[in-house]
Amino acid sequence: MSNPSFVRTEMLPPQKPPMGQTGVLRWLRENLFSSPFNTFLTLLGIWAVYTLAVGAAPWLMNSMWNVDSVDDCRAILAANGETTGACWGVVRTRWHQFFFGFYEQSEYWRPMLAFALLFVSIAPILYFNLRRPNAIMVGGASIFLVLVLAGLGTDGWHLGIAAFLMAALTAVAWIAPKWLLWMTLAFPATAYYLLWGGSVWGPIGVMAGFGLAYLVFRLLQGEIGVTPAAGIASLTAVVWWLFLQGIVTAFLAGILPWSLTAESPDTFGGFLLSFTIGVSAISASLPLGILLALGRRSDMFLIKTLSVGFIEFVRGVPLITMLFTASLLLQYFLPPQTNFDLILRVIILVSLFASAYIAEVIRGGMASLPRGQQEAADALGLDYWQAQRLIMMPQALKVSIPGIESSFLSLFKDTTLVALVGLADPLVGITRVVRSDINWKAAYWEPFIFVGVIFFVFCFSMSRYSMYLERKLKTDHR
Amino acid sequence: MANTAQMQVTDEVAIQITAMNKWYGQFHVLRDINMTVNRGERIVVCGPSGSGKSTLIRCINRLEEHQAGQIVVDGTELTSDLKNIDKVRSEVGMVFQHFNLFPHLTILENLTLAPIWVRKTPKREAIETAMYFLEKVKIPEQAGKYPGQLSGGQQQRVAIARSLCMKPRIMLFDEPTSALDPEMIKEVLDTMIGLAEDGMTMICVTHEMGFAQAVANRVVFMDQGQIVEQNEPKEFFSNPKSDRTKLFLSQILGH
Repeated sequence: MSNPSFVRTEMLPPQKPPMGQTGVLRWLRENLFSSPFNTFLTLLGIWAVYTLAVGAAPWLMNSMWNVDSVDDCRAILAANGETTGACWGVVRTRWHQFFFGFYEQSEYWRPMLAFALLFVSIAPILYFNLRRPNAIMVGGASIFLVLVLAGLGTDGWHLGIAAFLMAALTAVAWIAPKWLLWMTLAFPATAYYLLWGGSVWGPIGVMAGFGLAYLVFRLLQGEIGVTPAAGIASLTAVVWWLFLQGIVTAFLAGILPWSLTAESPDTFGGFLLSFTIGVSAISASLPLGILLALGRRSDMFLIKTLSVGFIEFVRGVPLITMLFTASLLLQYFLPPQTNFDLILRVIILVSLFASAYIAEVIRGGMASLPRGQQEAADALGLDYWQAQRLIMMPQALKVSIPGIESSFLSLFKDTTLVALVGLADPLVGITRVVRSDINWKAAYWEPFIFVGVIFFVFCFSMSRYSMYLERKLKTDHR
Repeated sequence: MANTAQMQVTDEVAIQITAMNKWYGQFHVLRDINMTVNRGERIVVCGPSGSGKSTLIRCINRLEEHQAGQIVVDGTELTSDLKNIDKVRSEVGMVFQHFNLFPHLTILENLTLAPIWVRKTPKREAIETAMYFLEKVKIPEQAGKYPGQLSGGQQQRVAIARSLCMKPRIMLFDEPTSALDPEMIKEVLDTMIGLAEDGMTMICVTHEMGFAQAVANRVVFMDQGQIVEQNEPKEFFSNPKSDRTKLFLSQILGH
C-alpha cells in the first residue's frame, strides 16, 4: 500500500535532456533514416539528385557566352571534342528584347525609371513607416537605376534627371518615410506617362478624376453617410472623365505642351509587358477583391447577389476567354472611334479576373475570425466601415496572406498567357521573335531557362516577403 | 466582499423593456419580457442554460434584434434606425464571456480605438483615459502587450477597461467569469464590485451567486425565455417563491 500523503519540500530545477536526443545525428535519424521505407526513399532521392546533376553538369560546364550564333557554339564544341554545352550567347546578344521588347533603345531610361519608382512606391506599403528598410529599398533602387542607366548608355540629361529625382526620394525615405505614400499615389499616372508617353496632361487628368471623387466623398461623407457619398463621388469622377477632362487637358496642353514620344502597345514586350500587366493587376485586384468579399458577406440583397454573381461568373470563365474578350469582343461594345489601348484592356480584365479569386481568399479569412470580433466592434459603437477597416480587415488579410500571395504569384506568371492575343510576353512571344533570327534558330533551352530564372527570382522574393510579413504581423502568441 | 447595500439607486429610468418578444426562426426565445432598470441599479440575471438570459442582454444593445415590443435605453428606442443603434451602443458598454479583445492591437490600442474613432477624442486624451482605467483594473504595466500574452483574468479586466473608456452609462456583462480558471474569477469579480461601488448601472448574466448576494440589488431568474421570478437577493436566495427557482437554486447551491 502506498502512502496517500506526500509533501514536496523543494522544487526540482530543470535538467539537460539525455544524450542522443539533440544534434545532427538525431536529426538524420529522425528525418532521413527513421524506418526502412524512409531509408529507401532517402537513397532513391540521393540517386535522383545525383543523376540529374551528372546529366546537367557537362551542359552547364561548357557554357559559352562570347558567341554570335548556335553554329559558333557547335564549332567550339566540336573543336574541344565536347558533345553538349549551353549556348548563352543568345542571352548576351538579345537580353534587351527579353526585358524591353521592342522599345527604342534611346528610350530605355523610361521603363527603367518607372521600374525604380515602382520600388519607391511599394516601399512604404511593404515596410510601413519603418525608416531603415524604406531608405534601404529606395536607396538601393536609386543606385541600381543609376548603374543600369549608365550601363545602357543613357544620355547625360536623362541620367541626371533620374539620379536627382531618386536622390531626392531617398532623402524623403530617410527623413519622413510616410511621405513616400504620395509617390505611391502618383505612381499609376507617372508610370503610365513614362511607359506610354504622349502628353503629360492625359494621366494627370485621369488622376484628377480620382482626386475630385475623393474631395466630393470627404465633403459629403459626414452629411449623408459613407455609401451615398461614395456613389455621388464616383458619379462626379465619371462625369469629369467623360465630359470635362478632355477640354481641360487640351487647354493645359496648349499652355504647357510637355510630352514624351508616344509608344504604341506593339512596342511593349518581354518583362516590361509582364511587369506592366502584373503590377497593375496585382495592385488593382486587392482593393477590388476586398470590396467583393465585403459585398459577398453583406446583408443587403442586391449587393450580395451582384458580388456572388460576379465572383462565380469570373471564376467560371478561363483567363484565356477574358483575354480574348479584351482583344476582340470589347471592341464591338466600345464606340467606333474610341481607340482603347489593348494593354489597358488586358490589364482591366486580368484585374477583374484576379479580384474574384482574391475576394474568395479574403472571404475565407473573414470567415475564420470569431464572431465575437464583429460583436465587440458593434458593442463599442463602431460603424460598419470602421469595424471592417479597423477590426475585421487587418485580421482577415493577415490570415489570408498565403492565399493572396499565391493568387498574386499565379497572376504574375499568367501574364505570359497574353501571348495568345498577340502580345510579346517574355516566355513565348519574345522567345519566338529571338528564334526567328537564323543565328539562334536552334537555341532551345537557353531562352526558356533565362526567362524561367528571372520569373523565379521575382516569385521567390514575393514569397519570402509574404513570409516576412506573416512573422511581422503575428501577434496572437499562440 | 464589500457591503454595497447603501449604494444609491435613483428613480431615473435607465432601461425600459415592455412586452418584448424575440424569435429565432420558429423558436420563441424571449417571451413577453417586461423589465425596468433604474439608474444605479445592479441586476444579476441567472437561469439554466438556454433560458434566454444572454439573448436578453444582447437585445439591450441590439446585438440581437427583437421582433415585438419595445426597448428604450436612456430615452432612445431601439428600432432598425442605425443612428439610434449607434447612439445606444456608444452609451452601453458590454463585456463578453470570451473577452473578444482585438488580437491584432496592443492593450492600449484596444482601449483607445473606440474613443478615437467613435467619440472623436484626441489621441493623447484617449491614451490618458485608457491608462486611468488600466490603473483602475490594476494592470497598467501590460499596456504595450498584445491580448494573447495576457492571462484570461487579465484579458477580461482589459475588456472591462475597454468598455469603460467609452464612458458608458450602463454596463452589460455576459457571463464574464464563465471562461476563466477559478483562480482568476476573483480578480474579475473584484473589478466588477469596484465598478458597482462607483454607482454604475449594471446588468450581469452570471452564475456567481456570491457576487449576486454581495452586489446586486435585484436578482432576475429566467427560464424558457421568460422572467420567472425577480426579487432582492436576500429574499431571492432565502425564500424563493416558484418551484422552478427552488429547483435551480438547489442545483447550483447544492454542493
